[in-house]
Amino acid sequence: MFKDITIGQYYQTESLLHSLDPRVKIVGTLAYIISLFVVDSFAGYLVCALFLIVMIRLSNVPVGYIVRGMRAILILLLITMAFNLFLTPGETLVKFGFLKITKQGLAFAVKMAIRLSLLVIGSSLMTLTTTPNQLTDAIESLLNPLKRLRVPVHEIAMMMSIALRFIPILMEETDKIMKAQIARGADFESKNLIKKIQSLVPLLVPLFISAFRRANDLAMAMEARCYRGGAGRTKMKPLVYQGRDQGAYFILLAYFCICVALRLLPLPFLV
Amino acid sequence: MIKISKLIHDYIQRDEEGNPAGTVRAIDDVSLNVEPGQFIAILGHNGSGKSTLAKHINALLFPTEGTVWVNGMDTKDQSLLWDIRQTAGMVFQNPDNQIIGQVVEEDVGFGPENMGVPTEKIWERVEESLKAVGMLEYRKKSPNRLSGGQKQRVSIAGVIAMHPKCIVMDEPTAMLDPSGRADVISAARSLNIEENITIILITHFMEEAIQADHVFVMDNGKIAMQGSPREVFSRVEEMQALNLDVPQVTLLGHILRKEGLDIPEGILTKEELAEALAGNKESLL
Ligand SMILES: Nc1ncnc2c1ncn2[C@@H]1O[C@H](COP(=O)(O)OP(=O)(O)OP(=O)(O)O)[C@@H](O)[C@H]1O
Ligand SMILES: [Mg+2]
Repeated sequence: MFKDITIGQYYQTESLLHSLDPRVKIVGTLAYIISLFVVDSFAGYLVCALFLIVMIRLSNVPVGYIVRGMRAILILLLITMAFNLFLTPGETLVKFGFLKITKQGLAFAVKMAIRLSLLVIGSSLMTLTTTPNQLTDAIESLLNPLKRLRVPVHEIAMMMSIALRFIPILMEETDKIMKAQIARGADFESKNLIKKIQSLVPLLVPLFISAFRRANDLAMAMEARCYRGGAGRTKMKPLVYQGRDQGAYFILLAYFCICVALRLLPLPFLV
Repeated sequence: MIKISKLIHDYIQRDEEGNPAGTVRAIDDVSLNVEPGQFIAILGHNGSGKSTLAKHINALLFPTEGTVWVNGMDTKDQSLLWDIRQTAGMVFQNPDNQIIGQVVEEDVGFGPENMGVPTEKIWERVEESLKAVGMLEYRKKSPNRLSGGQKQRVSIAGVIAMHPKCIVMDEPTAMLDPSGRADVISAARSLNIEENITIILITHFMEEAIQADHVFVMDNGKIAMQGSPREVFSRVEEMQALNLDVPQVTLLGHILRKEGLDIPEGILTKEELAEALAGNKESLL
């Protein structure tokens, strides 16, 4: 049931984007998301879209693969559009009974749709080109300054990476338990909501018990291998910025300046 | 290497409110001695206290009474805790619950990372450890894609990378198929012979204990029998009284002997049995 969600999954290939430092990609994605809210003209969105297209090219991830991932958010996209289309006050264009589409509503809905699509594609591009491990390492390194405020940065990153490691294992286990319960006559296909929720109990209880047992075992295994938190720990794969990462930061900065300029300069030809 | 003297371990049982409600004596006055470089097997039926004993050697549990020394270090000394855990590594039963990394090589690097080994040295250790268990070609793979035996060998590599003097394996083969089992045992064997690492193997499979230098049999928290595999397995009735099997060849030899054939006790291999039978040719004809 989770098979067709490609958002958030790593796509293994070689590319410039894959080889960038994960910190650059996180900062870049954040900057890109902010830039989508900075610009608010169609010319601005064109710049954002072009930037994204270049990035997709540089990532070597097939466009079809990315588009397929978009299907998961299609419904969300349509609902948002509908809300904006019908509920924005302003000059009426068309009217069906009590529903009316306004000029402002139309513009707003289209902009929102573009913004949302770019946002989703942009952030999934990050996860498509960065392994979960690199991501947690990068988050740990980026949040490092927060350690002074006693935020347990290392622990958070360790929790994330362990969670990522166990997701496939627990998923497989869910599948096994489900089959075992079906063999005992459990009904997971029922359309009746109450029955559906009831059928989850014999699934979730064993799953939780097993998850706790695993957590216990894992904690012991980590202790046996001398794990004692982040202090005094070295890294097998430390993050080190290369020349290309600096170049990437520079390009990001330039892109961001253009977006801000598009917003601030009152160019008459921009809608 | 490991010296245990009059060890007692009580687990405290708690009632629903979390108040102590009683104790379970899991280890009851155990003393034993393991020399460096030995291959030890520990046998015993479920609940006889094998895992509890293993956890004492790795300082994951501490004595209620008595003392455990690992390479001369008393496990009760908190300041030596990390040295002890590094000296005596531990491999657990379920491979899925002890692999931390999402890539094989990263998991093997986990121990050295915790010990603060410099980055280049970690890479060297990871490479040599994976080579030692024959898993080097899988270094970039995700552990989820490996078979049980391969996962367990990765776990062993993860322990070797910490350069231990001793490895305690708590039923490392219990969840594996026969070929995975053979791979894991032969990896343990070669570490013992080539790297001179002391191995303490806890197992339910008698065939795995045949190769040991010394066997301890536990029952009810005590050491019920000990000796060389041949000595221990010659005592078939005693083993059966402890709810344990002996290897099938040994059992066959024992039954034939009771039927009146001239076969010594403690046959361990098919070849020995065949030879002993050959000596009985006349009486058989
Ligand atoms: N965490 C615990 N709390 C309370 N009692 C425990 C705990 N762990 C083990 N015991 C008890 O201690 C005794 C010895 O357990 P132990 O796990 O050492 O046996 P074992 O020989 O390893 O068994 P197995 O072959 O099943 O692994 C058992 O009676 C068990 O019920
Ligand atoms: Mg056990």
